[in-house]
Amino acid sequence: MQQIINFIFKNSYRLLFLLLLGISLTLTIKSHSYHRSEYINTANSVSGAVYQKIDNANEYLSLREKNLRLAEENALLKEILFNKKDTTLPNKNLHIEQFLDFNVRMSKVVKNVFNTRENYLTLNSGSLDSIKTDMGVVNEKGVIGIIEKTSKNYSTVLSVLNTKSRINAKIKNSNHFGSLIWDGKNVGYVQLIDVPRLASLKKGDSIVTGAESEIFPENIPIGKIDKVFIDTKTNYYTINVRLFNDMTSLGYVYIIENKKKKEKLNLEQETIKK
Amino acid sequence: MNNNLLNIFRFIILLTIQILIFNNINLFGYINPYPYLLFILLYPVNGNKSVLLLSSFAIGLLLDVFLNSGGVHAAASLILAFVRPSLFKFSFGLSYEYQTVKIADKLSPERVTFLFLAVIIHHLVLFSLEYYRLSLVVDVILRTLSTSLFTLLFCILIIFLIKPSKR
Repeated sequence: MQQIINFIFKNSYRLLFLLLLGISLTLTIKSHSYHRSEYINTANSVSGAVYQKIDNANEYLSLREKNLRLAEENALLKEILFNKKDTTLPNKNLHIEQFLDFNVRMSKVVKNVFNTRENYLTLNSGSLDSIKTDMGVVNEKGVIGIIEKTSKNYSTVLSVLNTKSRINAKIKNSNHFGSLIWDGKNVGYVQLIDVPRLASLKKGDSIVTGAESEIFPENIPIGKIDKVFIDTKTNYYTINVRLFNDMTSLGYVYIIENKKKKEKLNLEQETIKK
Repeated sequence: MNNNLLNIFRFIILLTIQILIFNNINLFGYINPYPYLLFILLYPVNGNKSVLLLSSFAIGLLLDVFLNSGGVHAAASLILAFVRPSLFKFSFGLSYEYQTVKIADKLSPERVTFLFLAVIIHHLVLFSLEYYRLSLVVDVILRTLSTSLFTLLFCILIIFLIKPSKR
């Protein structure tokens, strides 16, 4: 016993180093191997509040650009509105909410990271605004990511620019699905994998979210086909997709909640059981 | 000034400017310098070694919280703090403990060697853990070298700025 205590006292510096190294390596490995980063994330009130302060100051510097974006989006929405053939006035007895599948909430990116291989964004709305894990995040140009964790006032987003991200996507106007991943190299491009060779596609075709996704509505734009590679082993296409979004400059975003997601998942699980 | 106070002050200032300024530089889209490691390098040579380990672990972990990066900065800073005595020995010769080595002083070849080695070691550990794949070893080395140059530049600039003016 005496010897053990002596040993600990003599090597206390080294043991302290090993202990701390163990902790940091565990945290690192955990963050790489599990889908969710459990302990270390910006969805806590301290760092969230700091980023909120920084963003408040930064916002003034880009007001002009943001106004322009909003005006452009307004123009687009107006165009859709004016081109609608049937403009029946909403009936007050008819509660339209119960027929809608998706809830949309506005939020704002207060911290944008894009220079690592596993990028997360921080938004300034959290569980108090009824944001929950696995909701979709988009902006006027296209898909941004999926809500990963929430705290009271903040939430983190698994960006499409994250090697762990997988989003169901398809080629517009066809029904060939694939998975959208990121190879961690260029922030302007993502990859669509596992598209069958039967699909007819050419450079410049649009890639949109697929109907299989429980998170996003169908046909939200993602990007354009830039290059097509053929995987000789598996007979699948790998497509380089140029994102519509500039992921390096994000401002206001929309969070999409699929109200019928639970129903769909339950149905599918029950079908498999029987 | 009191040494302990100076260290606490340095810890807070370096962490703050790292989060507020240097994490948002994004040169060529991805290069960010990490001059916060100056805290570990500027820690007094004859200071308490265990306190250095704990505080460098803390500065790395706090940065990880802000960057959503698991524990990579904590591990890299910790390893740098651990190898710091060997780096002193390598750069300044065996008798470094008896003469008062001051990093924040005139730039001599010894000091540049010390800074360069420290930055390279820190960044190599950092990016190996961040990329976390053997197949990406070339990317890790390229990223280490490019970021190291940038960090080194900022470290030298900061040292010049905080250099005591009297003498």
